[in-house]
Amino acid sequence: MLAKRIIPCLDVKDGRTVKGTCFVNLREAGDPVELGKSYSAQGADELVFLDITASHEGRRTFTELVARIAAEISIPFTVGGGVSGVEDVARLLDAGADKVSVNSAALRKPGIIDSIAGHFGSQVCVVAIDAHCEENGEWQCYANGGRIPVERDLFAWAAEAADRGAGEILFTSMNHDGSRKGFANDALARLADSLPIPVIASGGAGCMQDFADAFSVGHADAALAAGVFHYGDIALSELKLFLQQQGIPIRIPPSLP
Amino acid sequence: MNIAVINYNAGNIRSVVNALRRVGANPLLTDNPAEIEAADRVVLPGQGEAGHTMTSLREKGLTDLVRSLTQPVLGICIGQQLFCEYSEEGDTTCLGLFPGVKVRRFSSLWPSVPQKIPHIGWNTVCSLRSPIFNGIPEGSFMYFIHSFCCVPPDSPLAAATTEYGGISFCSALHKDNFYAVQFHPEKSGALGERILSNFLSLS
Repeated sequence: MLAKRIIPCLDVKDGRTVKGTCFVNLREAGDPVELGKSYSAQGADELVFLDITASHEGRRTFTELVARIAAEISIPFTVGGGVSGVEDVARLLDAGADKVSVNSAALRKPGIIDSIAGHFGSQVCVVAIDAHCEENGEWQCYANGGRIPVERDLFAWAAEAADRGAGEILFTSMNHDGSRKGFANDALARLADSLPIPVIASGGAGCMQDFADAFSVGHADAALAAGVFHYGDIALSELKLFLQQQGIPIRIPPSLP
Repeated sequence: MNIAVINYNAGNIRSVVNALRRVGANPLLTDNPAEIEAADRVVLPGQGEAGHTMTSLREKGLTDLVRSLTQPVLGICIGQQLFCEYSEEGDTTCLGLFPGVKVRRFSSLWPSVPQKIPHIGWNTVCSLRSPIFNGIPEGSFMYFIHSFCCVPPDSPLAAATTEYGGISFCSALHKDNFYAVQFHPEKSGALGERILSNFLSLS
């Protein structure tokens, strides 16, 4: 029985975790490795670390952090943020990341997906898509952390990314991100039902039922959240028991005999 | 104890080195035949494409060496697949350590309803039958990430089975001193680390 995955996401700036609400107003929340270990102990299925540092110096700090995470944490983790070429992917995988996510660079140069999949395999290539549902009901993709609209439709772009060799799609609804009103379940279900690869839901988690809905209504394979975990609104261990009681296939990590 | 982790053209090798360190071992990452042969334990880890990884082993002069090892050897993910007879991926002849076990594409096994590929995430391991699973409860979750799987699941060499999309496959295999798992113990939390410890303490 393949379990639905719960993935805490840690935004990292200059080696510290932060969380943005609707992509602005960063607030510091702790040490990435300690936080990651704590989530792992509470039953997180994977972790995502996003580097939101822009500087060259910050990049090096983040790579060193990736090596520390890989040494200390025993569950899979994805890293992303500012990945612009195959060299960045090689550097992050060498440091010990399991998967690397690409976002803006793939919108600008879609061939980067083919290159990553060709060099390292589809399983390391997560294509992250930030999209916003416009007034006309179309889901438009955005680059640069949700700041620059791109003439691409979410569903067409996700299908193209899968064709090019993406291993997973991480879909963030900008309408829902930071709102705590639940995930974008209609758009999620349309993505998850049409794509041949797993879909990770992101943006909008506010309560435990929101996660259940992302799986049962949105058909997501995994659900990602940040703030509700970082600030203790939802305890991972309680969330997993809740989902199990709802009949959703979930991994409850046993304590060793 | 000397532990050799075979360094070849496969991904994710460092994760195994990290995990072995976490369970207190001091592994040596090497492609040196003498060092591999002299080790007390050998691990063939990694992710990758079957054809390319077999070619890499061959170019390093390691295929016959691996076949001839007599100490406990653990294959992980592509390592398990390379221990089999044959892989559909790249139409590859593998090491043949697990007679009768072949590596098939999930999509060629599913009769109709397609499932998502790769098979990514935590899935349960059942019918556990190997000393490396000492203390691991039936139905424990392990972390998988792969698009090809080892069949048939009723092989006498199967040491664990897992089901995905209605297909059962060998999530672990064992013959003589050769142990293999399709999932990633190095990424499967405390239970995965227990499997690595069990492998290190095999008598």
